[in-house]
Formats: sequence, C-alpha cells, structure tokens
Amino acid sequence: MTIKVLAIDDSRTIRSLVQKVMGDAGFDCALADDGVQGVARFHEDPPDVVITDINMPNMDGYGVIAAIRGGAIHRNVPILVLTTESAPHLKAKAREAGATGWIVKPFDDAAIVSVVRRVTGARA
Amino acid sequence: MSVQNSIRDMFFEESEELLESLAEGLALMHSGSHNDETVNAVFRAVHSIKGGAGAFKLSALVAFAHRFENVLDEVRGHRLGIDAEILRTLQRSADHLADLVEAARNRDEGENPQTAEFLAALNVCLGSTPEPGAADVDETFGFAAITVDLDDLGPAEATEGQSYTITFCPHPGLYINGHDPALLMATLAELGAMTATPDLSKLPDLAAFDAGKPSLAWTIQLATEAEESAVRDVFEFVEGLCDLSIVQNTATQPADTEEKVESAVAVAIKVEAPIAEVPLQPEEAKGQPVLAKSDAEVDAGNAERSGPKPTLRVDLDRVDRLINAVGELIINQSMIAQRVQELHLATDADVVNHVEDYRLLARDIQEAVMAIRAQPVKPLFQRMSRIVREAADSTGKSARLVTYGEGSEVDKTVVERLADPLTHMIRNAVDHGLETPEGRIAAGKDPVGTIYLSAAHRSGAVIITIRDDGAGLNRRKILEIARKKNLVPADAELSDAEIDALLFLPGFSTASTISNLSGRGVGLDVVRNAVTALGGRVAIASTVGQGTEFTISLPLTLAVLDGMVVSVAGQVMVIPITAILETIRPGLDEMHMVGTSDRIISVRGKFIPMIDVARGLGFTRPPNHPEPRTLLLVETENQGQCALIVDRVFDQRQVVIKGLDTNYGAVPGVSAATVLGDGQIALILDPDAIANNRVLSAANPWAGAKLNEGKSLAVA
Repeated sequence: MTIKVLAIDDSRTIRSLVQKVMGDAGFDCALADDGVQGVARFHEDPPDVVITDINMPNMDGYGVIAAIRGGAIHRNVPILVLTTESAPHLKAKAREAGATGWIVKPFDDAAIVSVVRRVTGARA
Repeated sequence: MSVQNSIRDMFFEESEELLESLAEGLALMHSGSHNDETVNAVFRAVHSIKGGAGAFKLSALVAFAHRFENVLDEVRGHRLGIDAEILRTLQRSADHLADLVEAARNRDEGENPQTAEFLAALNVCLGSTPEPGAADVDETFGFAAITVDLDDLGPAEATEGQSYTITFCPHPGLYINGHDPALLMATLAELGAMTATPDLSKLPDLAAFDAGKPSLAWTIQLATEAEESAVRDVFEFVEGLCDLSIVQNTATQPADTEEKVESAVAVAIKVEAPIAEVPLQPEEAKGQPVLAKSDAEVDAGNAERSGPKPTLRVDLDRVDRLINAVGELIINQSMIAQRVQELHLATDADVVNHVEDYRLLARDIQEAVMAIRAQPVKPLFQRMSRIVREAADSTGKSARLVTYGEGSEVDKTVVERLADPLTHMIRNAVDHGLETPEGRIAAGKDPVGTIYLSAAHRSGAVIITIRDDGAGLNRRKILEIARKKNLVPADAELSDAEIDALLFLPGFSTASTISNLSGRGVGLDVVRNAVTALGGRVAIASTVGQGTEFTISLPLTLAVLDGMVVSVAGQVMVIPITAILETIRPGLDEMHMVGTSDRIISVRGKFIPMIDVARGLGFTRPPNHPEPRTLLLVETENQGQCALIVDRVFDQRQVVIKGLDTNYGAVPGVSAATVLGDGQIALILDPDAIANNRVLSAANPWAGAKLNEGKSLAVA
C-alpha cells in the first residue's frame, strides 16, 4: 500500500520540495499551508506520517503535534518535524511536544526518505 | 525545465513575496503600529527565505539570513527592545537580504562585499562581539544531517565488526510519540545481524496490566560493522522515551546471521499488537482537556485568519489567452452591433435589446478579465522607500517617503516596467530636488525632506505623482545648461513650461558634479521613453521654494484603448483619445503657409504647426480630392501642440489593441492595429511619432518654440 504523507509548511518552496522528494520515493504526499489547515487535512484524510514545519502562521508545528496527539483517533501517527534548528534543546522540545522525529533543513533527499521509511515501516 | 529548476524559480518568486511582507512588517514597526504578530511575520519571512535558500545550497544567503533571524528572534522574544538604531539595522539588513536574493537568482557566486558590514551591525544588535566570518558559516552549516544514511551502510555482514548488547525498555511516551519498537528493531536489523529477546518478566497478569507502566523490554544482540554512534542514532528520536543501554561486547560472538534475523522479525510481529493498544488507555483521561485546548487554538487561528483572501495561482499564459479571447469577443460584439444597426430595425426590437445586453455583458467580462492582470502598486512603492534611504545616505540628506494610494491597481506589465523609471525619479527627487538639511533649516523648513509618492485612478487612467518639498527647479540654470549643450539656440526665449520640458531631452543633466546616484548615464529622457512605451505620458510642474512634481499618467490596461476613428486618404485609422485636445474645422483664413509646404494654424491667437497625417505616412490622395479641413489638435511630448490633418472623423470608440510587430516590423507613426466592427483592420496612430517624424526632416527643431512665442514669423 502506498504510504500517505502529509507535509505542512508555510513555505511554498519547501512544500514543493518535500512533495517532489516524497513523490520520487513513491509516496503520496498531501500538502497544507499552515498548522490549522494541516490539522484539518489530517482529519479529513489521515496520513501514515506527518512532516511539519515549526514556524508557521495561525498554528505552529507544536500546535499541530498537540492537536494530533490530543485527538481522539490516529493520535499515534508518526510526526516528523522539519526544522532549521539543530540545537539539542529544541530537539528535546519537539520530542516533549510529541514529535516522532525530526529532519533538519536543508534536508538531504535520501535522508528524509529513509527517516520516513524508518518511522512508517515502509520498505524500499 | 527540470522540476528542480521550477522549484528554484518558485523559491525566488516566493522570496519576492516574503521580502515584501518583510518590508511591510518593518515599516509597521517603524511607524510604531506593530504587534507581536507583526514581529512574528517578519521573523517568519526571514526564516522561510533561509529555509528555502538552504535547500538550494545558497550558502551566502543562508548565513546572512541566519544571523538576521537570530536578531529577529531576540526581538520576537522581547529580549531585545527596538529602538531607532536597531530598526535602521533591520531595514538595511532587509535591503541587503533582497540584494543577496537577487544575486542568488542571477547565480552570482561572488561574495557581496557589504555582507560583512551588515553581519557586524547585526552582531552589535545581539550585543555580541563580531565573530569572525568563518565562525558564522560554521554555525550555520553545523546542522549536518543528523540521520544516519542507511543506504550507505546497508545490511552488514557483521563477522569482523563489533557486537553490542542493547537493552531497550520503551516508556509509554515512546508509543504516544508515534514510535513503534518493531520499526526501531527493523532499522537496527539493517545494521547487521540482530537477535531480540523479549523480556516478559515485568509483564503482569492481564488483570493487573497497566499500559501506563513500562513492562515490555527487549535484550538485543547486534553484530555490526557500524560504529557505536550509528547504533545510537537509531535510537536518537526515542532518547528519553525509553530505558536504553548500549554496551559493546568484549568478545565477538559469531552468530548464524539468517536465523537470528528471522527471529528478530518474528519478535517484531509479535509486539505489534500491544503497540496499538498500549497508549490508548492511559491517555483517555488526559486526552480530553488536551483536545479541548487544541480546538480552542484552532478557533483562535481561524479568527485571526480573516486577513488574506484565498487566491489561485494561474499561469500567466492562460490569462493572456483569456485576454486575447475577450478581445476577439469585443470585436465580434461590435461587428454584430454594426450589422444590426445596418438593418434599421425599430429601437424596441427584441434583437436590438439583446445586442445591447450583449454589449454590456462583453464589457463586464472584459473588465473582469483585465482585473485579473491588475496588481496593486504597493510592492513597487515599498521598494521605493529603500531607494529614498539609500539616496539620502549617499547624498548626506535626510529624507522620508510618504506614499498614498498604494492599493491602486495597474496592469502587471505596467507595474513591472515602471520600476526602473520610478527608481530613477525618486533618486532624482532626493538628489536634485531636496536641499541639504542646512539649506532646509535656512529656508525655514523641516531638515528632513519629504518625497510624496502617490497613485490614483482618474478617468480611465492611473496617475502616479512623485513630489518633493525641495527648492523647485532652477530654471535659469537649466536654460543655461541647455544653451551650453546646444540643445536650444542661444536666442530662444522659452516659457517656464518649455524650460521644464528641457529636462526630458536626451543627454541633459543638471548635476554640476556627477553624483553616483542620478548620474548613472540615465536621464529623464529614458524615464519618458519608458513611460511612453507603456502608452503613458510624463508631465512636470515646479514652484520655486516649494518643490517639484512629476506626474505620470498611464492607461489602466494595455489591451484596450479609447480611440477616435478617422479616415486618412481613404484609410480608416484610430488616434488615441488621450492625445487629442480638440477637433477643429478651421476657416481658410485661419490656416497659413510657412515656407513652401509647411502650414500653421492660429488657434486662439496661438500658432500651431499642421501635420498632414497622409503625407507623414506616405499616402497620396487622388488629384481631385478635396483639401481636407478636419484638424485634430493633439498634445505631443516633444513638439508641444500640433494639429493633425485628417479627412474625416467618424466616431469615438473602444478598440482592442493588436500588436503589429510580428507582421509588420516597426512602422514609424503607427503603434498598433485593431479590428473594427465591420471587420476592417485599422492602424492605430502614434501622434508623438508623427510629430517627431515631421520635425526630424525640418532644419531647426526649435522653430516650433519660436512660433509659439509668435516671433520671427514668416506668414505667406
């Protein structure tokens, strides 16, 4: 079954890049512009994994994680945080918020795909 | 275009928008009318540029954006108060960021010499000592990929490598965060030969089972060639979410690889069931309040989102196709209207009403389609505040920019092509228009000069004015320079308006020393050419001691034009209404011969040259054709007023502009063509070019000026 990815990022550029990389890896990738839209999309069509930005208008990445983890269903879907921050305390903060993992921007195509495979159990 | 390249283009397009919102936010901060969300938006703009730039390995851009973002983060966190000095640094940094984006877009790899200076200024804001450049870069690129590249490592045949004993006991949080021990172990198995033994000793009876307490644990044996760090990396995301120990075995324990891996998979399958259920129960109670909170957040988010309206991004080609089709529709509509009119039906006939409805509908559709291409001048105006800042800095003047009517919309092409002329005029206004602060104080003015930039819609045109509150034009000096440069005869007597118009002559520059600003080899003539190319015109007005005002009027759209339909030597032609002042049918006594072939007409005591359009375009009238007596008085850019001789004036109507270039090349005096209601093709004339054509052949270009003064007149 094709892995469904939901990418949430306010940057059109990053959204397109993620979508391309996911598409190349054979995954389906839905997109959302900000946290509010992302959470709505998540519940409309629950994905196998969420990739979210942290700094976004309307609702940030932590808000997205809280909304998904606090939801009644699909609350344990892996959520990967896409961030430019590599500082350990920020990773810890993401983990405390409930992130499954993180990918540091600028991301390496192979690395992001391998992380997605890793948390979804998808095999190449 | 490759996908990568199209995403790259998208990045620059997006950066453009982000830079705009950055400038907008900083302007709000400057005016003091900002809130936390303003600062957040400013931060996000820089942050997003950095994120995208990183994806395309634009290192210079990333490094600068990173430092810029650090400062904004401090501001955002209220750890750094904003004062005039910091705002100035932020604005300049935004300008510099725009430069770096532009350089990256042009694939300009060279290092920008100013970057170091701006980085230093940003460091000052951070209150830190300026670090050496290398350190900056290191810090920025320190975020090497933190994930193990599993593809490189591959499943290892771990016979020569180390072996590890790993004990792993997941906490509930591990499941809550979306992890799956089976997947972790599968990842581990990719590193080498692995056996996992579940430790069920802590597993209570089903009755006493509490999913909130860690009870399942595994002891894993891993034989791998990979470094210990690679093993630890597998658990990177679950650090703190489990009890974990990784111990390197002292003696290697050769193992039957295949069998052990199989058993690992078996374990993985076995543990899958509990994983799905474990987190559900303890979270149920806690889950409710969290859900309520997040809903509230969602609502708040929605409320805040009243601002931007939903938009649709459409390929420009599609819009242009639509515009072309609408042009055809308008032509088709006028053809049908004309046919119906020729039937001489009763005015209340059904078909007449329907045709009128059709006309109104076609007009509505046309306006709606034109509106698609319309864009507010705001981004253009915002860029000008930077020009004012830079111009003021390099000339030692103080200036501020005040804008009005930023919301006025103009055709996209107009906005794009207006950037250069506007930049030039703004620079001119600061450089030549404003006085020095001392000079202003001496004149009893505010030492800070003001440049007003406004846009407004007026009767089917967009009027853009650039006004300064400076000293006004020094007409004596202008005339002196023009004479020195042989642009006017030494004895010519010019009116104020004519002197002002000299500024638009090619090669004119009033700066006594060429400043590095306005003296870039571009004169106001270039400005005027650019505006004329858009179907617009520039006018100038100045009051000594109070300032100078340039007015640019532009058509709202480049696709339709209000024109006067005339006939010239049997040809139907269209003259743009905007150029026409009035239509005259003079008596014979009002027309006079000058020399052998030129004629002039006196209009209200003013002598105006007459130009035969037919002759100008190389048409000849039949020998017995009556002498045409219909004149269109037009205002031209270079030649003042001229009277164009045409045979007949039909009517005034809106015509769709069709480019000529592909079929005809450039025809002097003709700017475009159109298709009239009866299917006839008509040329659209350019009165300026016709007037220039005539003058080019005349010996003295300033004959007109002298005539206007009513002097040295030879009337035949």
